[in-house]
Amino acid sequence: MAEIKKKAKTTNPFETIIEALFIFFEKKINMYAFIALAVGFLIIFPNVSSRFTQEIMTNLFFYVVVCLGLNIIVGYAGLLHLGFAAFFAVGAYTTGILSSRMGMDFWLTIPFSILAAIIAGLAIGFPTLRLRGDYLAIVTLGFGEITRLTIRNLDVTGGAIGLIGIQRPVFFGITLNQISHFYYMFFILAILAIIISYRLENSRMGRAWEYIREDEDAAAAMGINVVTTRLYAFIIGSAFGAVGGSFFAAKMTAISPDSFMFIHSVMFLMAVVLGGMGKIPGVVLGSMLVVLIPEVARGIGPYRLLIFGFLLLIIMLYRPQGIWPDKPAISAKE
Amino acid sequence: MALLEIKDLTLRFGGLCAVNALSLEIEEGSIRSLIGPNGAGKTCVFNCMTGFYIPSDGEIIFQGQSLRDKKPHYITYLGLARTFQNLRLFKGMSVLENVMSGMHCRTNAAFLTTVLKTKGQKAEEKYIHEVAEECLDFVGILDKKDFIASNLPYGDQRKVEWARALATQPKLLLLDEPAAGLNKDEKSRLIELMHRIRDERNITIFLIEHDMGLVMKISEKIFVIDYGVKIAEGTAQEVRDNPKVVEAYLGKEEEEETA
Repeated sequence: MAEIKKKAKTTNPFETIIEALFIFFEKKINMYAFIALAVGFLIIFPNVSSRFTQEIMTNLFFYVVVCLGLNIIVGYAGLLHLGFAAFFAVGAYTTGILSSRMGMDFWLTIPFSILAAIIAGLAIGFPTLRLRGDYLAIVTLGFGEITRLTIRNLDVTGGAIGLIGIQRPVFFGITLNQISHFYYMFFILAILAIIISYRLENSRMGRAWEYIREDEDAAAAMGINVVTTRLYAFIIGSAFGAVGGSFFAAKMTAISPDSFMFIHSVMFLMAVVLGGMGKIPGVVLGSMLVVLIPEVARGIGPYRLLIFGFLLLIIMLYRPQGIWPDKPAISAKE
Repeated sequence: MALLEIKDLTLRFGGLCAVNALSLEIEEGSIRSLIGPNGAGKTCVFNCMTGFYIPSDGEIIFQGQSLRDKKPHYITYLGLARTFQNLRLFKGMSVLENVMSGMHCRTNAAFLTTVLKTKGQKAEEKYIHEVAEECLDFVGILDKKDFIASNLPYGDQRKVEWARALATQPKLLLLDEPAAGLNKDEKSRLIELMHRIRDERNITIFLIEHDMGLVMKISEKIFVIDYGVKIAEGTAQEVRDNPKVVEAYLGKEEEEETA
């Protein structure tokens, strides 16, 4: 036993660091101090950084929101979703149409955008969630493309040109039109998304998703309705994506079908898988990698995407379960 | 009236008739077992009862309600819990979380109450924890509640499955080969546990078992099936003396010798 333990400890430096971190964060006070420090830093960040950096950070927060939504579907419920950009589009276009064509206040469009996502989620989820993994992936992939082509060809969505003149949100009399405004808006949204994800994860529903992921039949035998529980994940995740889309539309004031291509679905999925499916810090980390690496590598010039791809390859080769580690398990002592 | 009644249950897979016109009754508060040689269709009967297989014909009536076309999760909700022949634990989760799964159908926190963390939701979470811990205590592995299920020794994993089934608060407990893989000592404790479940919790038990010694000791009444057909029913003594049963079992042994 002692020998095995020793062997496990010296496998690689990465695991040693992680182990030390886990011990450090085991103490609640360290954890809270770290969170307070990080939040404090991010609050003053816009005052000490350029607009360009703020833009990137805003994009990062946006990714965190959308990817946490996708994480509920892919990470918690274990459903491979290849068309998440479609749900993001549903939210963005609901806000876009209601705001630019009907002059509705931005904040009022959010409930509609959530509603639209729920309807779309039900329409896709209900017939397909009885199927196992691969079929669902194909259906969601198809749905993603159908949605994009539909908005490209409808008049109400502005065709290939898209929608312009989406109103800026007004918050307590302040029109949000500066990048720092959006920075804070997406920051708050990201924190809300983290809190909601965390609460869901540690709840009856979060556990039900995990049971189904571990063993579908055993979960059913324990009284869990597999289809509705999955549907819940699908809808909640879609709603996250739609809210992200609404805020995206408000920030951009103009949206076009090109913002919702398959590559976006892939990028979202990549952030979730890279960081570690089903783990909130992992998803945040994955979003950071996907958003920040191409920006940081901008100095390298034309080869930056090549290097990005190479890095992803290395990460997936060495950490197929995602970068963020699992909690060390307690095992039986004989 | 019987707690559970099976009437002319038939299950066909294509041309193969796995269960053929099986009828039996289980009275409330009893311990009944279903025995038969390998491949006799015992687990198929369980799968029909719990909604995993849809019977080709016949009725299963539980507390006066037909279980036909009911989904497995709803049957569990009605009060019919089961364990699996090969352990089906949620391997990567803690023992406590495994047992908490049983409480799912007895609780109802949904999205909004969870996100807002209402008082009711917190109270419910606490209640789930309490019941799960109580069930673990009942089977005697409360001290291992934080272990990852797959890291436990085999005998303890079995106990987790028992606790998990108990947490669904069933009226009838279906045990699929509960003694498989257990040693003699563990088996005698298993018998004791089954009696405690029946006497202290007032749960009726219906089990499938290969270990004849155990079956003879524990059940008041035994049903014997072979090739999906019920060939005998009665007390341990009656069943043991039944020539059909002897034939079914001896036939199996001959096959094994030639194999």
